Amino acid sequence: MSNLPANKSVETGNQQAQREVRIRQRYASDRRLRYFGLGAVGIALGFLVLLVSSISYSGYQAFSQTHVVLEVTIDTDKVDAADPFKGNYRGVVRDAVRAVFPGVTNRRQLRDLVGIVSSGAQYMVRDRVVADPGLINTTFLISVPVADPVDQFHKGNISRDTRESLRRISDQEIEWYDQWVSAGAIESRFNWALIFSSDSRYPELAGLKGAIAGSFYALLVCIAISFPVGIAAAVYLEEFAPKNRWTNLVEVNINNLAAVPSIVFGLLGLAVFLGWFGLPRSVPLVGGMTLALMTLPTIVIVTRVAISAVPPSIREAAMGIGASRHQVVMHHVLPLSLPGIMTGTIIAMAQALGETAPLLLIGMNAFIAGDTGGVMDPSTALPTQIFIWADSPERGFVARTSAAIMVLLGFLIVMNGIAIYLRQKFERRW
Amino acid sequence: MTLKNSANIVALALAGVVLAAPAEARDRIQIVGSSTVFPYTQAVSEEFANATGNPAPVVESTGTGGGMRIFCAGIGEGHPDLTGASRAMKESEWELCQENGVTDISEALIGYDGLSIAVSREAKDDWDLTETQLYLGLAAQVPVEGELVDNPYRKWSDIDSTLPDIAIQVFGPPPTSGTRDAFVELAMEDGCEELDFFAQQKEVLNSDDYKSLVKETCWRMRQDGNFIEAGENDNLIVQRLQADATALGIFGYSFLYENEDVLKAVRVNGTAPDFETIADGSYDIARPLFFYVKNAHRGVIPGLEEFLAEYVSENAFGPDGYLPERGLVVLSEDGREEVRNAIVNRNEMTRYIN
Repeated sequence: MSNLPANKSVETGNQQAQREVRIRQRYASDRRLRYFGLGAVGIALGFLVLLVSSISYSGYQAFSQTHVVLEVTIDTDKVDAADPFKGNYRGVVRDAVRAVFPGVTNRRQLRDLVGIVSSGAQYMVRDRVVADPGLINTTFLISVPVADPVDQFHKGNISRDTRESLRRISDQEIEWYDQWVSAGAIESRFNWALIFSSDSRYPELAGLKGAIAGSFYALLVCIAISFPVGIAAAVYLEEFAPKNRWTNLVEVNINNLAAVPSIVFGLLGLAVFLGWFGLPRSVPLVGGMTLALMTLPTIVIVTRVAISAVPPSIREAAMGIGASRHQVVMHHVLPLSLPGIMTGTIIAMAQALGETAPLLLIGMNAFIAGDTGGVMDPSTALPTQIFIWADSPERGFVARTSAAIMVLLGFLIVMNGIAIYLRQKFERRW
Repeated sequence: MTLKNSANIVALALAGVVLAAPAEARDRIQIVGSSTVFPYTQAVSEEFANATGNPAPVVESTGTGGGMRIFCAGIGEGHPDLTGASRAMKESEWELCQENGVTDISEALIGYDGLSIAVSREAKDDWDLTETQLYLGLAAQVPVEGELVDNPYRKWSDIDSTLPDIAIQVFGPPPTSGTRDAFVELAMEDGCEELDFFAQQKEVLNSDDYKSLVKETCWRMRQDGNFIEAGENDNLIVQRLQADATALGIFGYSFLYENEDVLKAVRVNGTAPDFETIADGSYDIARPLFFYVKNAHRGVIPGLEEFLAEYVSENAFGPDGYLPERGLVVLSEDGREEVRNAIVNRNEMTRYIN
């Protein structure tokens, strides 16, 4: 140390210049590294923005739905007060539409006219009347969705300038639509059906209710299996297992399983759960068990990491005051590692929520028009619903596919948000 | 405490799952089968569920062949009741059914589906192809001067100078798809057999050898990049065509019908597909659509009888029904009556019984 000033004093001008060049080069490398990192983050963010904005751009229209307000009259000759479910509601809607355009008499034209209103309208009127039988023999206003071509026209996806024979909505229908608009009966509403209706063949009626319920039940089964099994396996491997060739083999295999493509688990589920156990196709129970196979290795790995992060001093202190192995694990190690385990589990669940391939193989990509509920009732899941909609020819499903992706992304963000919150709130550092 | 609570919740959930499992018998109709019949079956099951208040049937799109495998796997609650098919059941599939105890099957021809070949509406040329030109443009091997060689054609104008001077680029379905089977049988094979080379071979070879020659050459699509398999998703093909006006796409007629403002049809042998030309057979590449039902399940699975009645009602597959609205090409009045009788009377399919 003491000879440093001496050295400096003998440094020639040339050496000094070289030293400064080196320092500048080192600072420049630092800067480059920083810019590269920044650039990488920028590229990643750019892709994210591109993805989200393209999905939002193609999907935002699905969040609104064009409705028409109809004045319907429930006559007793159409609907029997004793059994309102069985009434002739098709006729009720037909009469309501025809009353607006009394000039139309041609049979073919009448059919087209009624076709402007969604074919689900009759069932909406029915459900309203069944819920409130007092409406029989009265006249009331009800807002029902219009059919998909009219909806697409209202949203500007079908141009007026296109030749008539080439578009799904005729000049005559546009004229009726215009008359309805000028009468103030056409309105755009938030498309609650997208969340609260079951799937349908008609885009204007289709919703994600069945898919959300299916995903919920599948995840419930998945967590009921993979959470306790995963934690128990991790506790054994971390706290009790001897370190030998066998436990090494088990460890390598668990790490390997976590990297196996999900379609393999789907094939396994198909062969074992449907083939050997004879469980029915398309049910969330089988979906959940298949997803559990997939998430189990992930949960074992994150739990082991969380458990090994608990310092040995805690275990030693507990043992020092006479706690047994089981007491050490249950009273100290697991509660302390729980935030880490929960975080990892939620991320694993989010991954399972977005998984499509194994569900396709066990038939959870079915079309089910009505309500579903329970782990043994066939249903779809969110990602498979996206898959079905993406493959439907009607225009309305193009936007709905993107909207369903947004709903799925929303659930993923919420789940990951909970994971981050848990980590920040409960994580302890030693 | 938190640990105990979460352990309790998990245990409860697990118990719930296990208890719920064996409780329910099947009260939903289960349907598998062709992705082409899928939209029609969807429409019928939605109408059926809404109108009767029965639980909605479970309709799964598995492809025709995959559907047959699942359908023919056995009788009973664990096996589906119906399968849709974009071609008639094959003898091998019928035998599989027999082996597994699925002996009493009824067949219903519900209508026709045209295969369409389409281009973007932006395309300059008006396309008109013969089946032979389709074969020459898309097959892996074609005869040139009496020899089978790897397909040498890169542009449509190489095949025939009257065709556009455009690189051959066709998006089509993968081999697992019923649409692909239909295209190969209806367009490629016919186009193939019109060539002199195959007419000569037919005279020279015995019938088995000739059949295998047809299978090997006429049925094989080229793999050198000019024919592009675009997956089962027909919407994707529609989007690709919109992006590239020189590309052609092959898909079911319902996709063309729904997208006629952005796509136009390629005429085949001079005829463009529409409801009339497909129904009267003047459009050459159309195929029949079927569903098959296990009669042993009728009366056992609740609602199945009503569902079948709905499927073959005038309200569904008649000319003013809701299936033609989705692109189905309907049968003649007599044809519909015959199918309806066959289904109502549970007529057994006898095609392969000697």
